[in-house]
Amino acid sequence: MSKDDQILEEFTQSEYKHGFVTDIEQEFAPKGLNEDIIRFISAKKEEPEWLLEWRLKAFRHWQTLTEPEWPNVDYPKPDFQDLHYYAAPKKKPELESLDQVDPELLDTFKRLGISLEEQKRLSGVKVAVDAVLDSVSVATTFRETLAEQGIIFCSFSEAVKDHPELVKKYLGSVVPYTDNFYAALNSAVFSDGSFAYIPKGVHCPMELSTYFRINAANTGQFERTLIVAEEGSKVSYLEGCTAPQRDENQLHAAVVEIFVEKEADVKYSTVQNWFPGDAEGKGGIYNFVTKRGICNGSHAKLSWTQVETGSAVTWKYPSCVLKGDYSIGEFYSVAVTNNLQQADTGTKMIHIGKNTKSRIVSKGVSAGKSQNSYRGLVKVLKRAEGARNFSQCDSLLMGDQCGAHTFPYIEIDNKTAHVEHEATTSKIGEDQLFYCNQRGIDTEAAVALIVNGYCKEVLNQLPMEFAVEAQKLLALTLEGSVG
Amino acid sequence: MLSIKNLKANIGEKEILRGINLEVKPGEVHAIMGPNGSGKSTLASVLAGREDFEVVGGEVDFQGKDLLDFGPEERAREGVFLAFQYPVEIPGVSTINFMKTALNQVREHRGEEALSAVDFLKVMKEKMELVEISQSLLNRSLNEGFSGGEKKRNEIFQMAMLEPKLSILDETDSGLDIDALRIVANGVNKLKNKDNATIVVTHYQRLLDYIVPDYVHVLYNGRIVKSGTKELALELEEKGYDWIKAEADQQFA
Repeated sequence: MSKDDQILEEFTQSEYKHGFVTDIEQEFAPKGLNEDIIRFISAKKEEPEWLLEWRLKAFRHWQTLTEPEWPNVDYPKPDFQDLHYYAAPKKKPELESLDQVDPELLDTFKRLGISLEEQKRLSGVKVAVDAVLDSVSVATTFRETLAEQGIIFCSFSEAVKDHPELVKKYLGSVVPYTDNFYAALNSAVFSDGSFAYIPKGVHCPMELSTYFRINAANTGQFERTLIVAEEGSKVSYLEGCTAPQRDENQLHAAVVEIFVEKEADVKYSTVQNWFPGDAEGKGGIYNFVTKRGICNGSHAKLSWTQVETGSAVTWKYPSCVLKGDYSIGEFYSVAVTNNLQQADTGTKMIHIGKNTKSRIVSKGVSAGKSQNSYRGLVKVLKRAEGARNFSQCDSLLMGDQCGAHTFPYIEIDNKTAHVEHEATTSKIGEDQLFYCNQRGIDTEAAVALIVNGYCKEVLNQLPMEFAVEAQKLLALTLEGSVG
Repeated sequence: MLSIKNLKANIGEKEILRGINLEVKPGEVHAIMGPNGSGKSTLASVLAGREDFEVVGGEVDFQGKDLLDFGPEERAREGVFLAFQYPVEIPGVSTINFMKTALNQVREHRGEEALSAVDFLKVMKEKMELVEISQSLLNRSLNEGFSGGEKKRNEIFQMAMLEPKLSILDETDSGLDIDALRIVANGVNKLKNKDNATIVVTHYQRLLDYIVPDYVHVLYNGRIVKSGTKELALELEEKGYDWIKAEADQQFA
């Protein structure tokens, strides 16, 4: 067995560290999906009539759609009638402080290294956390500090109750329920999520952060996030995920919509570490996400940064609609796949306004028998004079049993557009590993070092505390990989 | 310090080292010379633990321990350093970050605590001056886009940081102009002390004007066929390797 093969062998044996189940009483909707279930969800959440109507319209549209086949992924199609579409912790106390949170839940977060207590105590590094366990938010912190500046940061359900006019105005404005199969499904059955509103001219004083977890067997997760940044405002939003080990595949179909007005600046960062399935590919999360933002006004800026290490199947294309003149879209991505993981991820940059700019930096790392695809669209519409795009898509292969694929789509309808695409494919070489070894660095640390170096350009885009977390996560994902 | 007895190594089916014997004591500098393809770089790689080569016989004792029992990172932590003929590029990883990781793993092996950022920078600054290397170079991605001279200087910087017992310089003079050669050799000389030893692997005598060896060995066809003092290097420079080849071919025919 060559060294490379050994490396691979051990790489594929590293196990998911966050595999455990928290036992919190659930209240389930019966399995299956029909209009009654949607009415049940809506009633549970005490929603206004217009929202129920919107859900039903989405459901009726969803029924006319079929699951997309074009992504470069292969998985057993979920049986949508065999899923629960609503699960909430039974006790839903009004919380004054974290002391009132279910201790078991707090423990879960601790084991994940996401201690809310610590987050709160460390208020020097102010991170407001809207913790989502399954579908219902159970703890929200720092809201008062934010409220002083007129910033709204709350669960989606609360936003529906407290700020219906905002939700009604923006819901579906970036990702309409007709957008795609999973967006339609999400629109019909979404249970909760996060809502952030940054008023005109306000720079959000802290990173906004939501930790999503999936914690109930057979419960599809249908989060809905809506972020609205008014003129001249600025916000950095962090999202991180990790889930317990499960036997059955779990479906996650989230929708994130971001509305960026004139001269506003939104940065959306994700570190995703959902259960990827075991070495045989069993039990991992299906992650079919629609994320899109619109730069609605001139000089608006939207930047997506994602570090994707989890999920059995990922299907995700955070996109920017650059409608405002001089608006800017960015996409920085690290996608790591191992074992039998499959990822088809990338972005769409739609240049509509004049002198719009976009930048794409995608770093794929494939190991084991995984398949890692980049799929990106750069579209320049007719009136987008002077549009600029730069795309860089790099793939790093570990061993010879994995696959890296690049599917760039470029559609240009304006001759003044300037579009560049660069792509590289490389392998972690024995030479590199030996060089590290010869300096006393063991192979595990060497792989982490090399991969972190390769991903540096993307990791640098993350807020500091998240970058550290992401580096640890990469090292963890690669742990035990090499001998 | 280092005792090599009848060391034999193959790559695939091919015999490269056919029985090397060598004794190195603390404070000594040994030069290994020889024509191309004689096995010089292989010897360096085998000592460092490169797995491309299969050791098929012999013993290597390093400070009372069987070196061949150890993986490459353990050998490094025990104090074996190889200055590479072709230093490897690692994009996105600065020399500083690389050295910090390495030094802390070596220290952990020795039962020492990891250096704080401040202490690490102090040590780094001191070693930078010793080997005349600029911080801007150390901030760049390791060896990426470095000139030949910068790469070799960086190797010597790493050697200074890790303070090895035994340093093996594999063709460190290749690709260097005379000024770079002098800087590199100066660095090596400054790091020399009575407790450490150096093996200089080189094709040319030139480097030995600057790093003066106590012993010179000629490697040919996988064996050390002649040993002597620094005068032997001068003789080789003058007469070439052919006379030694002829002698050896006769002896091992």
